[in-house]
Amino acid sequence: MKQDKLVIGGHEFDSRFILGSGKYSVDLIKAAIENAGAQIITLALRRTNTKDAANIMDYIPEGITLLPNTSGARNAEEAVRIARLAREVGCGDFIKIEVIHDSKYLLPDNYETIKATEILAKEGFVVMPYMYPDLNAARDLVNAGAASIMPLGSPIGSNKGICTKEFIQILIDEIDLPIIVDAGIGKPSQACEAMEMGAAAVMANTAIATAGDIPAMAEAFKKAIEAGRSAYLAGMGRVIEKGGSASSPLTGFLQD
Amino acid sequence: MIINGEKQTLLEPVYLDVFLKREGYQKNRIAVERNGEIIPKSEYEKVIVTDSDTLEIVTFVGGG
Repeated sequence: MKQDKLVIGGHEFDSRFILGSGKYSVDLIKAAIENAGAQIITLALRRTNTKDAANIMDYIPEGITLLPNTSGARNAEEAVRIARLAREVGCGDFIKIEVIHDSKYLLPDNYETIKATEILAKEGFVVMPYMYPDLNAARDLVNAGAASIMPLGSPIGSNKGICTKEFIQILIDEIDLPIIVDAGIGKPSQACEAMEMGAAAVMANTAIATAGDIPAMAEAFKKAIEAGRSAYLAGMGRVIEKGGSASSPLTGFLQD
Repeated sequence: MIINGEKQTLLEPVYLDVFLKREGYQKNRIAVERNGEIIPKSEYEKVIVTDSDTLEIVTFVGGG
């Protein structure tokens, strides 16, 4: 079988589904990861006062790549601080940069994100910036040393789908890094749509966390992402703007 | 001293690794910042914390 790997900062992955771990019980993490077939899991970094409470890392199977985010950062400086602390915990160099100072829409600040990307890439991090899908900002992120670009489909946690479709398509067409659609994807069909468009991967958290059956939804997303990827690789059939085009032969009719 | 924004009294200076163990932290699950500077894990046995220090002790939690 032909190899179809997702490559991020020189690391290869078979799965194209990046799973979030927020807003659901740690008891479901293992089942969600297994059903998702996910190889990359996002995490957040927070103060720990509850020393004896269950630590999420005890629930994540071995061999999974951890992708800490910089949630809570309101500017580049805070994102850099969180990233350095996350690396010091000792689970690798991956970092998802997230710089947000708008609490209503939770939209990322591309300018601060670019600044943080430049600093962290120089320090050897595999930098995966979450961003508003803007071609100029994406080019700046490439130049700053990003390992992938993570444009939002719609506001974080909204489950609204890919409202920014046209602009994500521009990034897919123009940017020579994996484009990973992150935020807003609420249904497997929307994850499939992202993959059909040529996205390299999909990241989802809330869609899974707010589902009725979390492991079952993780599996549904896995299948949708694989279907979308296969369709993209197969090459989509063409669309005709007007009229129809017969699928059956136009000769040999009974009345001839 | 201040740990994660909360005041706490440290009666006498102590090595960071001793302090963390005493407080029940798992070294391989945390990162520590003292007075704004990250302390590498390899330094925990050499660094002495005092009552005038400000510590941030962080770990991973679920997130998207």
